[in-house]
Amino acid sequence: MSGVVHKPLPHESAHKHVSGRATYTDDIVEPTGLLHAYLGLSTRAHARVTGIDLDPVRNAPGVIDIITLADVPGHTDISPVGAHDEPLFATDEVMFWGQPLFAVIAETRDQARRAARLARVTYDDLPAAISIDEAEAAGGELVTAPLTLERGNVEKAFKSAPNIIEGEMEIGGQEHFYLEGHIAMAEPGEDGDMLVHSSTQHPSEIQHMVAHVLGVNSAAVTVKVRRMGGGFGGKETQGSLFACVAALAARRLGRAVKIRPDRDDDMSGTGKRHDFKARYKLGFDNKGRVLAVDATFAARGGMSADLTGPVTDRALFHADNAYYYPAVLLKSKPLRTNTVSNTAYRGFGGPQGLIGGERFMEEIAYSLGMDPLDVRKANFYGTEDRNVTPYHQKVTDNIIERVVEELEASSDYRKRRQAIVDFNAKGGVIRKGIALTPVKFGISFTATFYNQAGALIHVYRDGSIHLNHGGTEMGQGLNMKVAQVVADVFGVGLDQISITATQTDKVPNTSATAASSGSDLNGKAAQNAARKIRSRLVKFAAKRFKVKERDVRFANGFVLAGDEELSFADLCDKAYFARVQLSATGFYKTPNIHWDREKGMGRPFFYFAYGASVSEVSVDLLTGEYQVDRVDILHDVGKSLNPAIDLGQVEGAFVQGMGWLTTEELVWDDKGQLRTHAPSTYKIPLASDVPRQFNVQLAEWSVNPERSIKRSKAVGEPPFMLAVSVVEALSMAVASVAGYRVCPRLDVPATPERVLMTAERLRREAGA
Amino acid sequence: MSEARRRNEIRFYLNDELVEARNFSPDLTLLDYLRIEKRLTGTKEGCAEGDCGACTVLVGRLSGDNLIYETVNSCIRFLGTLDGCHVVSVEHLSGSDGKLNPVQQAMVEMHGSQCGFCTPGIVMSLYALWMQNPAPSVGDVEEALQGNLCRCTGYAPIVKAAMLAAERGGQAADVLVAHRVDMREKLRALRDGLRVEVVSEKGQLFIPADLDDFAELYEEVQGATLVAGSTDVGLWVTKFMRDIEPVIFIGAIEDLHKWVESEGAVTLGAGVTYSEFLPFVDERIPQLSAFWRRIGGQQVRNMGTIGGNIANGSPIGDTPPALIALGAAITLRKGGERRFLPLESYFLEYGKQDRKLGEFVEMITVPLPDPDSRYAVYKISKRRDEDISSVCGAFNIKIEDGLVTFARIAFGGMAATPKRADAVEAALTGRPWSEDTIVAGKAAFAEDFRPISDMRASADYRLMAAQNLLERFYRESLGEEVSLTREAAE
Repeated sequence: MSGVVHKPLPHESAHKHVSGRATYTDDIVEPTGLLHAYLGLSTRAHARVTGIDLDPVRNAPGVIDIITLADVPGHTDISPVGAHDEPLFATDEVMFWGQPLFAVIAETRDQARRAARLARVTYDDLPAAISIDEAEAAGGELVTAPLTLERGNVEKAFKSAPNIIEGEMEIGGQEHFYLEGHIAMAEPGEDGDMLVHSSTQHPSEIQHMVAHVLGVNSAAVTVKVRRMGGGFGGKETQGSLFACVAALAARRLGRAVKIRPDRDDDMSGTGKRHDFKARYKLGFDNKGRVLAVDATFAARGGMSADLTGPVTDRALFHADNAYYYPAVLLKSKPLRTNTVSNTAYRGFGGPQGLIGGERFMEEIAYSLGMDPLDVRKANFYGTEDRNVTPYHQKVTDNIIERVVEELEASSDYRKRRQAIVDFNAKGGVIRKGIALTPVKFGISFTATFYNQAGALIHVYRDGSIHLNHGGTEMGQGLNMKVAQVVADVFGVGLDQISITATQTDKVPNTSATAASSGSDLNGKAAQNAARKIRSRLVKFAAKRFKVKERDVRFANGFVLAGDEELSFADLCDKAYFARVQLSATGFYKTPNIHWDREKGMGRPFFYFAYGASVSEVSVDLLTGEYQVDRVDILHDVGKSLNPAIDLGQVEGAFVQGMGWLTTEELVWDDKGQLRTHAPSTYKIPLASDVPRQFNVQLAEWSVNPERSIKRSKAVGEPPFMLAVSVVEALSMAVASVAGYRVCPRLDVPATPERVLMTAERLRREAGA
Repeated sequence: MSEARRRNEIRFYLNDELVEARNFSPDLTLLDYLRIEKRLTGTKEGCAEGDCGACTVLVGRLSGDNLIYETVNSCIRFLGTLDGCHVVSVEHLSGSDGKLNPVQQAMVEMHGSQCGFCTPGIVMSLYALWMQNPAPSVGDVEEALQGNLCRCTGYAPIVKAAMLAAERGGQAADVLVAHRVDMREKLRALRDGLRVEVVSEKGQLFIPADLDDFAELYEEVQGATLVAGSTDVGLWVTKFMRDIEPVIFIGAIEDLHKWVESEGAVTLGAGVTYSEFLPFVDERIPQLSAFWRRIGGQQVRNMGTIGGNIANGSPIGDTPPALIALGAAITLRKGGERRFLPLESYFLEYGKQDRKLGEFVEMITVPLPDPDSRYAVYKISKRRDEDISSVCGAFNIKIEDGLVTFARIAFGGMAATPKRADAVEAALTGRPWSEDTIVAGKAAFAEDFRPISDMRASADYRLMAAQNLLERFYRESLGEEVSLTREAAE
């Protein structure tokens, strides 16, 4: 074989990225007569709208039209889960600060943007629940049905537990901060057709939503996306609003319409990672083994369901991380709040559940005076026994012990920890901390029907290959990986493969590119399509050259049929004249998964991905400022389809996770307005926040025991949670002020302020 | 000034092309001009406030007789400020044959792009570094990238790409380097010493011919908005959609970019940028070196001016506390008249400064630190670099024979204006330099400051951190290692 899979090849668009020639939605050549839409947003968190005067908007320079809910010809609701709780525009009541009330369409974007601010809206304020605490105090209305996971006899286990700890943890949300914000451009066609360019992870959903809103068949709507400038889950459902507005305006006016919110409106008006409050009770023995866990994960859902249900489900699915809980009761509490509806974000609730589980380990360690790593090891899932999760799936592919042991050795964890304990004993202003934390992450959409994918491949007479699949490219290198798989099937170089925009008229009914599943699903579907064509070519070649089918081989752009050697292009040309079909669709559905949500039982995950990290930090106890000095990572991606892309995913995910847990703080004021709605106030990591010593390795020995695409494993989300070791290292540095006798309960994001205030609290508690 | 001494268009080079523009809005940004009018879409909008760097381009300008290229945020740079400049966008870097330049090539090989949206801006920042510093340290690369956000890669491959590009060199063959002399002459030829006045239905903009012309002009159009680096005014337009016309662009007035040192003080024109002043800081006020590099990001330091940081009166500007602690004074000018003011007296209350109609900040006089004093400035922010201070504290304290004989302390982020810590100074002055005195000094903070809680920090934290900065200053004076240094982590 030519061997293009498992190779560290650059991103398919890298040369275009660096030269500014990669086309994003806002860069597409604009159709003549293009108009621009902009949204008018509410300035109350919860209120009755008593009056709305749009005349000043209408009379503003360049304004062509205004759209309100009354102007929607089809369905007026864009809830992605059919909850009917997300009107395209608010009418009588606004449910969060930043909710769209209308759209204005003007000749230029600047005109539309200026006009949108001129609406005169009057409100009658209603009680608003902004935070989790406020929502609970107001009665705790749920935005979607909660989940319970239960296994073993929790009550009994607590009764016999020698140690019990109760506590709670605040876990912050996160803004995606994709560098390219939301955007859509709609071009009307004949017979009610609509072409929508959208920066979306889920073109099929955009298609269906636009069709609903326009009141036309799905077949009339085509959605196209070549690439996104980042998604991270923020473009799984949140693009519908913009696509629908552009399409509505385009339909009404018979002209192309583009809409692109500015960064502030994007951040205020679209959903984020859910913040959580975890409340827990732990029972454990004197060796640090968990006996019982009872925990509730309450989340700020926002004003509508959106994906809060599956997100809070996944928090519970990962509250065990890599640990066996003999008796466990986990409950989710998806709260309705008067904030923007929270949504998918890399890890999809998993990180929030997982960091809760890691807090459990920390509590036990500080309580017993143990190295937290020893507590973790004592609780790892077994391979033969102690291997059943709270959702009753057996962990059969467990490699966490090997991963952790290798990392522990390669990072010199024990020696460094001792050196840090000695350093801290000197009692200076600067304290250090170190922590090793593991990750086990379940791969598959928990909504089982989502685990399907399609692809479309055309091979032309010159041997060039047009590749299309249902996944979307947002930087993760999906297109490259799928192209590698297809090139491998045909034994050709990547230069023969044309990577094309994702388009709903090529591959229908696709799933969101989400849940780390992109290459697992689309790689398999494309492989399926390619194999269909190859097998036709094989049959043809065998017949033509009178050899056995198994003697036809594809490699290095050539085809060998017995003694005959010809180029792939030559074979394709010959096949064409022999009337062989050189186009095929492919399909894949993940086998052997099922999930009964009512019972909280099943096998929701095809397999698990594993990893571990060690972080070392220094903390200034006068100000709470800190820096991450060194990070070592060992991560499992199975047999990597592309080690360079996977390494990039691991490093990038770690840094993004580190941002979530350190400097990225979402602050709403008491009126419910988000105050951190731009990079001036919302601080994602910079190059100078990345540890100078950053040793990242893939577990090269790992092979997915399941028949995944080329035995690789999903990589998008799992490494995000490697960043938990940063928080635990900070926690250790803080704990040094009280002789490591008290669990610091450092909540996240651990901003310098939080670090300092936690240290002060610990000093007080230790002194008292 | 007579009509003959005026020009009614701006002239600049965009990549290879000479542009003469006369009918454009005074608040048109360079980014919108590139993307919308020229359809040069390689330059991206990420935030429109100068924080993310996706819009980074290079601007070449004459500084004296030299042509210097600097990275700028095109999203908050007004087109009207580019008269006599050479604008270089990412499209210019790879030749017409599509061959990548060494920085771009290294980015590809090191896997420095994922989604690619930040990439053109990052390439521009790395390109500027590569041209100017053939052997950068990792720290230099991080500094060059302070104004560039990447959400995908975690930066490690980008830093590696910068190092690889440096290793490979090849600057001599680069398009800008090769044509530098040629372009310098072209820009010189554009210098005609005329006042620029562009009037369109979209408003009025002026570019004074020189400092005196500016003083004269500002008396004529007293309500005009003054724009130097536009790192603040840019946001008035892009974020708040405020009407800023008529505008006087003063960023190119050469006299405002000069400084002179005499008798233990440096007097600098209000238009000196942070970047321009950095070599002086490093040489003559090294106590400020690290702090100076934490003001904004590289692009903002290339654009922003010290005078602007003072003139706009922000309570969270970083330079006022540092300069107040040194006893800086400013020169305000109106027409031909000048008056002098201690810097701290300029800040009256939130949003209000002691600046009369037609008056502008012309110069800042900064006494250099007394070699017998200890001087230090500390900045606390959520993120180390390119962040706005939650607290910024500056200490200038002289200890003689174990007694505090002089104390000037100023803080930003602690009040509605940059403010001196009078009570703390009083608590220290005349006392022995001891822990007891520090305890007393810390207690006095509550008399000086009642900070607010906002998205950057709580009031409690601000007060506690400010107090602890005094302790840090004290411990440092005893030779203790009390600050984090990134290099120490290697």
